[in-house]
Amino acid sequence: MSSQPGSGQVAAPRWFEWAPVRGVWSRETALYKRYWASTSFAALVEPTIWLLAFGFGFGSVVGAAYGYNYRDFVATGVVATSVLFISAFGAMFGSFIRRTYQHTYDAVLAAPVDVHELVTAEASWLAAKAGLYGCAPVLVGMAFGLDPSPGMLLVPFIGFLTGLAFALFGIWMSAIVPSINTFDYVISGVLAPMLLVAGTFFPIDELPPWAAGIARLNPLYHCVELVRSAVFGRLGPADLGHVGFLLGFGALMWGLAVWKMRARMID
Amino acid sequence: MPTVSPRSIDTATPARSESAISIRGAVKRYGDVTAVDGLDLEVPYGICLGLLGPNGAGKSTTMRLLTAQSRADEGEISVLGHRLPRESKKARALMGVVPQQDNIDEELTARQNLEVFAHLYRVPKADRAAAVSRALQVAQLVDRADTKADDLSGGMRRRLLIARGLVHRPRLVLLDEPTVGLDPQVRQELWSLVAALRAEGVTTLMSTHYIEEAERLADECALMSHGKVVARGAPGALIAEHAGGHVDEHHGSPERLAEIAELAAAAGIRTRRTGPSIALLAAERQPESLREKLGAPTIRRPSSLEDVFVILTGESVE
Repeated sequence: MSSQPGSGQVAAPRWFEWAPVRGVWSRETALYKRYWASTSFAALVEPTIWLLAFGFGFGSVVGAAYGYNYRDFVATGVVATSVLFISAFGAMFGSFIRRTYQHTYDAVLAAPVDVHELVTAEASWLAAKAGLYGCAPVLVGMAFGLDPSPGMLLVPFIGFLTGLAFALFGIWMSAIVPSINTFDYVISGVLAPMLLVAGTFFPIDELPPWAAGIARLNPLYHCVELVRSAVFGRLGPADLGHVGFLLGFGALMWGLAVWKMRARMID
Repeated sequence: MPTVSPRSIDTATPARSESAISIRGAVKRYGDVTAVDGLDLEVPYGICLGLLGPNGAGKSTTMRLLTAQSRADEGEISVLGHRLPRESKKARALMGVVPQQDNIDEELTARQNLEVFAHLYRVPKADRAAAVSRALQVAQLVDRADTKADDLSGGMRRRLLIARGLVHRPRLVLLDEPTVGLDPQVRQELWSLVAALRAEGVTTLMSTHYIEEAERLADECALMSHGKVVARGAPGALIAEHAGGHVDEHHGSPERLAEIAELAAAAGIRTRRTGPSIALLAAERQPESLREKLGAPTIRRPSSLEDVFVILTGESVE
């Protein structure tokens, strides 16, 4: 062998290294190669159902609404729903199972990996997956008549950013719940309301002012706004604010996820 | 047995540190429980040290302290010359860890499990495929490389667990109860793996509560009880010091056994109860007067490490 890993002549490790990310991605791509068909099936069917039920069922009643064809309104809004499902749910259940049932994290942290690297690596995969499958509603929407636009190419990046933040949220949750059943509170009490007041199916301006104010603090709302701006070709300075909000939310979630995961893993 | 580590290990040993592992005065408390209580342990380069103790003696906590997955409340720990916990990442890059609890990724194949850890252990890209196939050979899983870990037998999984900790050719290996819960045949297979490591000069710290395992594999044993080391030495030397050359076991009624215990104590001979009998340790040292009072023993057998263990810790082990 050209190098001698056992020789002790390794450079001092940096605070953040990419090896843990490569390790996690190596595991996840191995699993993805096995399960891509079912994952992709679910990712395409879910937005199709939303679109059929709301875009066509409800949309046939309202037709054009809020200045859009209602079908296009829903197709773009549901991007946030898909991103949330993949990132937050994947992180909550995946991290909980790997930490408590499979003890995978114990094994990883015995290797030269620190908690913040593990958390980042896990979230980065889910973010990439959310970016990829966040495009599914747009593709389904196009199949139903949504006009293609160059701004659509930004959707995976918006999905990645939002997915990263919500994956970190999910990892944080996985580190604070006492049991896997406790996720019911998170799903019904946090994620479901978030999903409904994000401007997915109706603009938040339709809400009473106090509720609309709260909805502006909903990270998913900012994701929905960004997607619509990109797809409908009206990106403007306000969208920098949306990106900034998502970045801030992601940074906060990163801190909380690392903090609580460290408390769980290192005693 | 394929090689598990480079033979040029001696040249790789830095001079600045005398011990591969140095633990001084380590204390680790969990609430009211003190799992490690003033532990001192030096492991020189190139030996296999058996960390022997009953369940709850603090062996697993000691292992977790060495990977900085537990942080000591007091004391100083260094591994391969790196101070913990500050330099633990560097130390972890140089050692291999085989946990007691099977945490193989069940959804992945044997090969994929090794590939993930080749990444985590920074095996350079050019060497990665070779490192994985070498580890598969070590685990004797070349034919089962593409079998999901879930479908491997218990012994195969344990071999994979060990090979995973060796994928980067570490200079130091921590083996936490490597054979716990396995069939005797499987246990012997794993012993040959550990023996090969020792033959190649890899420093090994192996915790076990199986006396036979320690006797066969360890150059030296450290006996742990209630969070500290109570005796340390080569198995033979420990036996000679604490349990002498041979043991006399006397059978009899409970009253007779109690009487023998009293007589032996008066003569300064240590005893231990072994089921329906009483054993006099270092029986060759008993005075003639005592020998006459007790008569011929039911069984005379060589002293064992287990005898040492029982008298030093007051606890029985397997």
